[in-house]
Amino acid sequence: MRLITAVVKPHRLDEIKEALQAFGVHGLTVTEASGYGRQRGHTEVYRGAEYTVDLVPKIRIEVLAEDEDAEQLIDVLVKAARTGKIGDGKVWSLPVETAVRVRTGERGPDAL
Amino acid sequence: MAAAITLAAEAPELSSANTGFMLICSALVLLMTPGLAFFYGGMVRVKSTLNMLMMSFISIGIITLLWVLYGFSLAFGSGSAFIGWNADWLGLSNVGLTELWPGYTIPVFVFMVFQMMFAIITPALISGALADRVKFSAWALFVALWATVVYIPVAHWVWASDGWAFKLGVIDFAGGTAVHINAGAAALGVILVIGKRVGFKKDPMRPHSLPLVMLGAGLLWFGWFGFNAGSWLGNDDGVGALMFVNTQVATAAAMLAWLAYEKIRHGACTTLGAASGAVAGLVAITPSGGAVSPLGAIAVGVIAGVACAAAVGLKFRFGYDDSLDVVGVHMVGGIVGSLLIGFFATGKGQSDAAGVFYGDHSFDQLWKQCAGVFAVLAYSLLASAVLAFLLDKTLGMRVPEDEEVSGIDQSQHAETAYDFSGTGGGVVGGSTAQALAAAKNKKVDA
Repeated sequence: MRLITAVVKPHRLDEIKEALQAFGVHGLTVTEASGYGRQRGHTEVYRGAEYTVDLVPKIRIEVLAEDEDAEQLIDVLVKAARTGKIGDGKVWSLPVETAVRVRTGERGPDAL
Repeated sequence: MAAAITLAAEAPELSSANTGFMLICSALVLLMTPGLAFFYGGMVRVKSTLNMLMMSFISIGIITLLWVLYGFSLAFGSGSAFIGWNADWLGLSNVGLTELWPGYTIPVFVFMVFQMMFAIITPALISGALADRVKFSAWALFVALWATVVYIPVAHWVWASDGWAFKLGVIDFAGGTAVHINAGAAALGVILVIGKRVGFKKDPMRPHSLPLVMLGAGLLWFGWFGFNAGSWLGNDDGVGALMFVNTQVATAAAMLAWLAYEKIRHGACTTLGAASGAVAGLVAITPSGGAVSPLGAIAVGVIAGVACAAAVGLKFRFGYDDSLDVVGVHMVGGIVGSLLIGFFATGKGQSDAAGVFYGDHSFDQLWKQCAGVFAVLAYSLLASAVLAFLLDKTLGMRVPEDEEVSGIDQSQHAETAYDFSGTGGGVVGGSTAQALAAAKNKKVDA
């Protein structure tokens, strides 16, 4: 199994969810995150004082996949997340040792 | 607050209309203090929200009692040109229910409580400059001492019929000098003594809730009608209504002026700019609204909006940490409003004294305004700095640096403004004393 993690623009969430559902993903986890990459942050002005806000809002999507699905799933995710503008984010994957469905105790790919 | 013209033959009688109006105005002015608390509270970072709210709110408690016990007697009793005295008013122990405020149609009780609300909000105004860093006990003591040593004498100079500024003919309808220059100069005096916040000019100190700032500005604007229109103490000659209209007009003009200034300088019309511009206009029209025409009020508002928008940047250039711009808005706005009387007074409002642009084009009123502005500014700045210095050397004005960095709400009030964790943060009981001790023990890498 693999854990696929994506840190992307918040407004792409719906597109990504729909694309993953169509691909056959049954569950995922979304958290609000903040960070920056090459686009850096933005500037805000309060009573004339300019503040550089380094960390911009992002969402972090985590989804588990079987090994043979992983690369294709990543492609689907990247396609749905892409706007073509700087700051679209990153996607990466890691090997996962085991996974357990808490309610039934099923292990491995059955737990997905 | 000029003396009403009364015919020698007939003494004024109690007016139910004026009395009712003034009681409502008093409640409106009281509402400004919680409004100010929100205005300031939204501008600080999350970790000091409650402290900012409390610095204003505590003033309601302290000043109310102080005013009843001796404040009103010292401020408005007939004494010298510098301070008043009336033994019957100590503790309000010997005030008749229908005893009228001399020359007016409202009871002494009504005038007393209206003025009490002014005395409450003035020290609260100072608190915005002291955000994030002042020990709550030291602040509470400062409020009581400052009201006694600075506010009461200055109110006497400006508003009591035997005060020197009043007799000189300085026009201050509702508190441009006694409230706003007074509070702004005091703020400057105190921050020069206690110093900057940790991380000033280095860390971003963004307002944590601009909606709260907007709510506060709205409450201030609403309450300010009582503050300004009520200061004529009645409605028998239309001057109170002129003041009401001018309050609205100048505030609208100042908001637009501030927004235009920042749109040109910084490229955006900000929420904070709209709220700040409105307050700048309210401040500037406070002394002047009874003397100028509605067109004059537009000029006052526009000049105040631009002047204050420019003045709030000075703290970064000169390095004094006027955290929420009490100096930049209240002192500067108060000076602008007070001095513009010398130009825009029509001579057809509250008195026949006309400014440079009207009547005989005399500079006479302008010099009087300068004298009032300078005296209040200098006295308040000096006395407040001395007071802060003495408190700092004895009690200590500031919280330790680690407590300031980790958040003054926890260290001074044992509370947190917002519970962001959906799970409630795992509260298991305990006492306030334990919570305070835990906050103190927490070591923070500054």
